[in-house]
Amino acid sequence: MRAFKNWLVAVVGATGLSAGSAFADYALNMREGVTATSQANYEIHMIIFWVCVAIGIVVFGAMIYSMIAHRKSKGAVAAQFHESTLMEIVWTVIPIVILISMAIPATKTLLAMEDTSNADMTIKVTGVQWKWKYDYVDGAAEGVSIISSLHPDHNEARLLKTGQTTESLRAQFGDQYLLDVDNPLVIPTGQKIRFLLTAADVIHAWWVPDLGWKKDAIPGFVNEAWTKVDKPGVYRGQCAELCGKDHGFMPIVVVAKDPADYAKWVESQKGAAADAAAAADRVWMKDELIAKGEKVYNTNCAACHQANGAGLPGAFPAIAGSAIANGAAAAHVDTVMNGRAGTAMAAYKSILNDVDMAAVLTFQRNSWGNSGSVIQPADIKAVR
Amino acid sequence: MSHEATHDGHDDHGPAKGLMRWVTTTNHKDIGTLYLLFALVMFFIGGAMAMVIRAELFQPGLQVVDPQFFNSMTTVHALVMIFGAVMPAFTGLANWLIPMQIGAPDMALPRMNNFSFWILPFAFSLLLSTFFMEGGGPAGGWTIYPPLSLQMGDGFPFMIFAIHLAGISSIMGSINVVVTILNMRAPGMTLMKMPLFVWTWLITAYLLIATMPVLAGAVTMLLTDKFAATSFFSAAGGGDPVMYQHIFWFFGHPEVYILILPAFGIVSAIVPTFARKPLFGYSSMVYATASIAFLSFIVWAHHMFTVGMPVVGELFFMYATMMIAVPTGVKVFNWVSTMWKGSMTFETPMLFAIGFIMMFTLGGFSGLMLAIAPADFQYHDTYFVVAHFHYVLVTGAIYSIMAAAYYWLPKWTGNMYDETLGKWHFWISTISVNVLFFPQHFLGLAGMPRRIPDYAVQFADWNMISSIGGFVFGLSQLMFVVVIYKAIKGGKKATDQVWEGATGLEFEQLSSPPPYHSFNEAPVIK
Repeated sequence: MRAFKNWLVAVVGATGLSAGSAFADYALNMREGVTATSQANYEIHMIIFWVCVAIGIVVFGAMIYSMIAHRKSKGAVAAQFHESTLMEIVWTVIPIVILISMAIPATKTLLAMEDTSNADMTIKVTGVQWKWKYDYVDGAAEGVSIISSLHPDHNEARLLKTGQTTESLRAQFGDQYLLDVDNPLVIPTGQKIRFLLTAADVIHAWWVPDLGWKKDAIPGFVNEAWTKVDKPGVYRGQCAELCGKDHGFMPIVVVAKDPADYAKWVESQKGAAADAAAAADRVWMKDELIAKGEKVYNTNCAACHQANGAGLPGAFPAIAGSAIANGAAAAHVDTVMNGRAGTAMAAYKSILNDVDMAAVLTFQRNSWGNSGSVIQPADIKAVR
Repeated sequence: MSHEATHDGHDDHGPAKGLMRWVTTTNHKDIGTLYLLFALVMFFIGGAMAMVIRAELFQPGLQVVDPQFFNSMTTVHALVMIFGAVMPAFTGLANWLIPMQIGAPDMALPRMNNFSFWILPFAFSLLLSTFFMEGGGPAGGWTIYPPLSLQMGDGFPFMIFAIHLAGISSIMGSINVVVTILNMRAPGMTLMKMPLFVWTWLITAYLLIATMPVLAGAVTMLLTDKFAATSFFSAAGGGDPVMYQHIFWFFGHPEVYILILPAFGIVSAIVPTFARKPLFGYSSMVYATASIAFLSFIVWAHHMFTVGMPVVGELFFMYATMMIAVPTGVKVFNWVSTMWKGSMTFETPMLFAIGFIMMFTLGGFSGLMLAIAPADFQYHDTYFVVAHFHYVLVTGAIYSIMAAAYYWLPKWTGNMYDETLGKWHFWISTISVNVLFFPQHFLGLAGMPRRIPDYAVQFADWNMISSIGGFVFGLSQLMFVVVIYKAIKGGKKATDQVWEGATGLEFEQLSSPPPYHSFNEAPVIK
């Protein structure tokens, strides 16, 4: 395999198509990953690959030999045989034997993969157009909740016709273009973590190749999966089920920390949660809310309603000048909190905390010529 | 001979003149031509969309189209290629060939035949018109999974009705095929003497009749979910979004074989001709085709391994899927044995047929890999899958259609096509199609999901190579049009047998081109 890879890289490189230092990017094979599942899957992938190579050598070898030896231009005279029950039985039975020998390791791997019992901790993963929400259901970090969106720098770079090229993106982001988030999922090493996957709007799929699996996140359903990472590190992935316009822009970053670092991280999260709770109890200034709301808007709303609030005709309504953003607060709060059934508008109740919700609503009601009222975090708390 | 005698005797009039000939025709050859030309037009429309996709994926960053439009390109590319290009092309071949191969004067239901064709232009006008509506064309993938598909704009009902119409057309075409084959064979043409193309189409027609109504049901439920407040597929209303996927793939997997079984029939006609040797294992080919058709109904959920099925279900669908390799293998082994100790020449149809066998087998290998459920948890929804189904559909189904076009074009037109140009078409297509699709295996394994308009830079190199292959492949198909045009216009006259080793009623008993009405008297089958 390695010899083949070197040969292929040399051939491709010689054609002058590569960008010089890019040899390492001509990846050919599946990643072995960092979990027992990913390594088992890699192994079974290699076994079935070599089985296919072996069958291919026999079949293509016979074809190519025949095409060279049995051609009319070489004076070949056609034989007239046209059936053999023995041969038919042989090439029915041999594949069945090969398939049974493949099915045994595949079954073992699958059963291990789907066994989510005896987990040390549980994390709930919710897919939302187009970000991920992580809730720590139990364990030391119980109650911690993370919203994970494409990193704002990447979000800017990926806009249409901004003149980006492979080189400019490589220079700015290295290998992480579109694979970086604002808030990663943090997990402890050495623990069996059970994931409960669901979605708020459409079907998504949570996939980190180094963990060895993907699983659909389906609205109204809860799917289960598990992982156990032993090596601290940063593991990246993407949504793997078409989920609308920005399907390509909802990456996943998992940071695996050893238990001591993880405990520190949990402490910092708890502190942040306490700060957020305190913030929700005080009365905010209008400017303060608008400034915070703009950030929340750009991460959560701008993909559809656009940065200028004008929306996309036919698909996503404008907020600028809309009756809702200029009208009574209650209707506006309800729309964003609970979403709109039958449209792409998701319910943000479980995605935004009281402060962020109040901030984004206030921002929307006081931008682009809108003149609505100020909404305080306490107002949101009251309607939850 | 007096006019009356002629009229009384065989009713042997030629085609009507002008445009109305094509609108009102009930002749299987005319309708076959209409289907084939329609498929060719759709092949280029779908191909143009693929060019947009490859242009956007040429390098990372968004340079050409916005993500929503990109998604509609991938979606409509698939719908157009499957329902507009490959299926009508096979139906066109069925119309031209089945009556001539079984010694029938025409299809059994000629008026319905006309109707089933003329629905198609309307169906695809409806589908393509959605691009000009608020919200744009369908962008939720050709599988139209809810809830995403329900977010589509004003075009949604137009897309659904387009699918209904295409489905009605397919069902009518299939009924026609079944009735023709079962009732109109010449005396002595027993089922086990039928050419394999007829056999594979008979089985395909049953698959279509069984599954198209299932698709119609699924998309109708989408329609009522969107407009009539039902909740078939909405968990919030007590429905089940996964149920849609089960229903869709219960149609979708047999559909995959609808797109490939007639190809098996075509290759089984061409390889013996150019090997000058009878097809090896005729009866085992028939049984293998029937086995594949049966298995196609019990493997659907292998498209859904990651959806969260019970593990017992995953195991069942894995084992059933692996079984498909057995009858498919039998077919490939039989073709190789047909070539073995033959006396082969390599005219363009043979080149495309051999290209089919080799590259379809490659697609079969990646299919076998995808069948291994645990590994599929890595492969699923990546470019590995994209590479897999393009190997079986482009270098499989479409290569077989091109092989068929080259093989029977001299019979249909009476003129030999341009062999030099045909060979150029084959070699440029074959090299470029592999440059296009082979690197996509690597991209998928390295972790690139499908249906994304932009990607990390480590995927840039293979994507650029793939795009270059795509542009060359797309452009080289213009050669195919030139070849067809030249053969229709004139060229060296074809003999009645056309090819030295050709057998079958159309080559042995009919002139090139055949009369407008052939086999008014049933031929004698030896």
